[in-house]
Amino acid sequence: MSTTASVAPELLAKYEPVIGLEVHVQLLTQTKAFCGCSNKFGAPPNTLVCPVCLGLPGALPVLNKRAVEFAVLAARALNCEIRERSIFARKNYFYPDLPKGYQISQFDKPIAEHGWIDVDTPNGEKRIGITRLHMEEDAGKSIHDGFPDSATRTYVDLNRCGTPLIEIVSEPDIRTPDEAYEYLTKLKEILLYTGVSDCNMEEGSLRCDANVSVRPRGQEKFGTKAEVKNVNSFRFIRAALEYEIERQVEVIEGGGRVVQETRLWNANEGRTYSMRSKEQAHDYRYFPEPDLPPLIVTADKQAAILQDMPELPEARRKRMISEYEITAQDAQTLTATRAFADQFEAAAKAAKSPKRVANLVQSELTMRLKAANLELEQSPITMKGIAQAADLAEEGKLSSKQLKQLFDTAFERNEDFGIVYEREKPQQISDPAAIEKLIDEVIAGNPKQVEQYRAGKKTVAAFFVGQVMKLSKGQANPSLLNELVAKKLDA
Amino acid sequence: MTVDTAKSTYATIGEVRQAIESGRATASGIAEAALARIDAEDGVIHSFLSVSRERAMASAEKIDAAARSGNDLPPLAGVPVGIKDVLTIEGLPATAGSKILEGYLPPYTATSVRKLEEAGAVVLGKLNCDEFAMGSSNENSAYGPVKNPRALDRVPGGSSGGSAAAVAAGMSVATLGTDTGGSIRQPASFCGVVGMLPTYGRVSRYGLIAFASSLDRVGPFTNTVRDAATVLGVIAGHDPLDATSSPLPVPDYTADLDRGVNGMKIGVPAEYFAEGLDQEVRAAVEAVIDRLKTHGAEIRPISLPHTRYAVPTYYVLATAEASANLARFDGVRYGHRSAEANTLSAMYRRSREEGFGAEVKRRIMLGTYVLSAGYYDAYYKKAQQVRRLLTNDFIAAFADVDAIVTPTAPTPAFKLGEKTDDPLAMYLADIYTVTANLAGICGISIPCGQSSEGLPIGVQILGRHFDEATVFQVGHAIEKAD
Repeated sequence: MSTTASVAPELLAKYEPVIGLEVHVQLLTQTKAFCGCSNKFGAPPNTLVCPVCLGLPGALPVLNKRAVEFAVLAARALNCEIRERSIFARKNYFYPDLPKGYQISQFDKPIAEHGWIDVDTPNGEKRIGITRLHMEEDAGKSIHDGFPDSATRTYVDLNRCGTPLIEIVSEPDIRTPDEAYEYLTKLKEILLYTGVSDCNMEEGSLRCDANVSVRPRGQEKFGTKAEVKNVNSFRFIRAALEYEIERQVEVIEGGGRVVQETRLWNANEGRTYSMRSKEQAHDYRYFPEPDLPPLIVTADKQAAILQDMPELPEARRKRMISEYEITAQDAQTLTATRAFADQFEAAAKAAKSPKRVANLVQSELTMRLKAANLELEQSPITMKGIAQAADLAEEGKLSSKQLKQLFDTAFERNEDFGIVYEREKPQQISDPAAIEKLIDEVIAGNPKQVEQYRAGKKTVAAFFVGQVMKLSKGQANPSLLNELVAKKLDA
Repeated sequence: MTVDTAKSTYATIGEVRQAIESGRATASGIAEAALARIDAEDGVIHSFLSVSRERAMASAEKIDAAARSGNDLPPLAGVPVGIKDVLTIEGLPATAGSKILEGYLPPYTATSVRKLEEAGAVVLGKLNCDEFAMGSSNENSAYGPVKNPRALDRVPGGSSGGSAAAVAAGMSVATLGTDTGGSIRQPASFCGVVGMLPTYGRVSRYGLIAFASSLDRVGPFTNTVRDAATVLGVIAGHDPLDATSSPLPVPDYTADLDRGVNGMKIGVPAEYFAEGLDQEVRAAVEAVIDRLKTHGAEIRPISLPHTRYAVPTYYVLATAEASANLARFDGVRYGHRSAEANTLSAMYRRSREEGFGAEVKRRIMLGTYVLSAGYYDAYYKKAQQVRRLLTNDFIAAFADVDAIVTPTAPTPAFKLGEKTDDPLAMYLADIYTVTANLAGICGISIPCGQSSEGLPIGVQILGRHFDEATVFQVGHAIEKAD
């Protein structure tokens, strides 16, 4: 993948990009937005349908209460103000995967407005505004390829029709492709925490369109924007924006004018193509949906819904840093997903040293996951296993070498730590006589070090501990060993 | 020139019930007779678009079985009914009077029809109407017009012309129609039967093929006010499948029918007795007002000052909603698909060009226009504001009066073909009826005499939101005094 435009960096630097993002998120409700059909991905085509989502004559929509609750949760998590009274509207256009000929959406009175997300930038934290969050229904899918007669026919799967969506529209506050990437990453993290969506871009449960323009630095007025669609990963969003910014600068520097249009991203070629101009743009003829009364979400109702609001990632990280005395980086790793953070906290609370649990995750676990190319959720060692290992180490029942070996075995055999430990529990030598025998052997073999110790260099004790441990093949009980080494040397 | 309505064996729900309960007749026998009457008469009238003989006989047999085993009979046991073809019944054709739905068989039944059948009614078939309920004469049906049983050279009114004619001709004891701007009340007045417009939200619209969702209502046609009250009681009530249906409880509309009008305050709006009102209609309605006064009602002149904006307001809002509601007829999933098209856009254009009639196309274009960028504020939004003013007119009036009396239509039934070339003249046939749809209130049309040519004249009683009971009481008093 490469961008085809090539603009000199000094020319590019003369311009400031202005970016706004529109993100569609499917809600994880059991049923669809306006009917009782099951809302799930991957069923055989046209099996999750009924008169309502098929748009059959006479069928009427009835709003899914759960979808409203999810929208309210998402809106508050994104710092939006919730409207007590919002209005559904019909967005009119013809397409074979839109059975009613209109999409039920919200227009001038969306359920939520005026939110924000704080993102990290090279110049510190930056607040990106959210203009609005509104509810709508998804359309079906037109399938243009994969069938023997795809050259002449389009197939339509209406299972997705009526899937509840929220659309989150950002302010044009984003100035670089990296900021766009950060915004999307934060947005996804927050939504995953609220549990309203799985935000799976491959399955289309999170989709993003980008509006982008450029203007000479210092100019207040926005340039003419292009809308970029069909981008199915955050990485591609960044690439598409980089391409589009360069393209627009090239047009302007070449004496041309950017035209307002919709452009499609082609991931294989790493470039955008014009899809339709402003003149061809749809007039959606929005008007209030007469089949649905205004949506009323009173302050009391909002409060009831928000009782289900989980602790959000930012707040959770802050709390975990102080509660478990871990680093900001530990906190970042441990809160990668809500489920993982939950597991960590359960393990940390049960463990003797939360700090040690965090360290094990950060060092031993992360390293092995990276080597095995696994995500946290795919780890053979669960948080419970980590906690068990941490406790054993804390109690001196496990040397760090033994622990590493057990972790290696767990990854090799795809087993949890507890299972491996039970089977291969290192035989620990806790018989003082046996340890003393080993110590005597080491003392006899290292008279020089004994001399140093007795001359007052007490740190040499560690040398003896290490040597004895080696001699015991790591099986000497570490605390007993420490105690006996000191006793022998001081004798 | 007229059909002899005396041949109708049973005119009312009460007569059917008595006959079955007394064992003088069976539901099957009554259904057979009704079907035979359709066979005999409807070749001329053309009120039915399809007859559901098997379904009717199966329903009737169930009632007879219940009667034989001495079970209590449901309220509409064995009553032969017809259903306007804009309401769906699982497995029966639903054309909405349009070529675009020719051959379409819906997979589910409208809530109002389901309730009728659950109450024991015997569905004889689906009734002719203007295409997608757009029209005031039934001449916009793609399957040919209905003739007025009282005068075969006249229209039955519309859009529920088949529903009115089927009752008037004795082919059904009751029928369901729909009313978006007068489509129950105006044909009831033209055909000399009772037609009831319930309050918006009183009867579920689930399964009603939408014309204008914020205005559409389902309501009954019957020969008597009592029967209208009985049928409404059956079909009314909250439906979880219709978000605009009201959760208010449904009273027993027949309980206080005989209350009379003594002490009631009845309003007479000056705006409904102005220019354009036929003199014979005026005289008939004024006679009704006099009789109400005689029976103890206090008659009050009132004003509904925004009345003159009602027809234009209606034609902006109704067509706007229709333009979206009819978008689903695109040839993709069901209904007519043009055989001529080679591209997606040609498929849409050709299918809709071939499938829709002229009036439907006119309204889709009008509605698309009023919602377009740059015109929305001037048309749609303005019309919504006027709708609020019209509603406020009624709310203010109902603070002083219990019911309002007006003519149902400015004239008796006009001749077939008389207004087909003049859409504006046709639209004015709804001048007294569109207001109730815009305001969401209830109303009824009751026969109140005849013109010198022997054409029926109807009087309209309008009532407060969800106060159908008062409307029925006034209507019943007028009917008895007749």
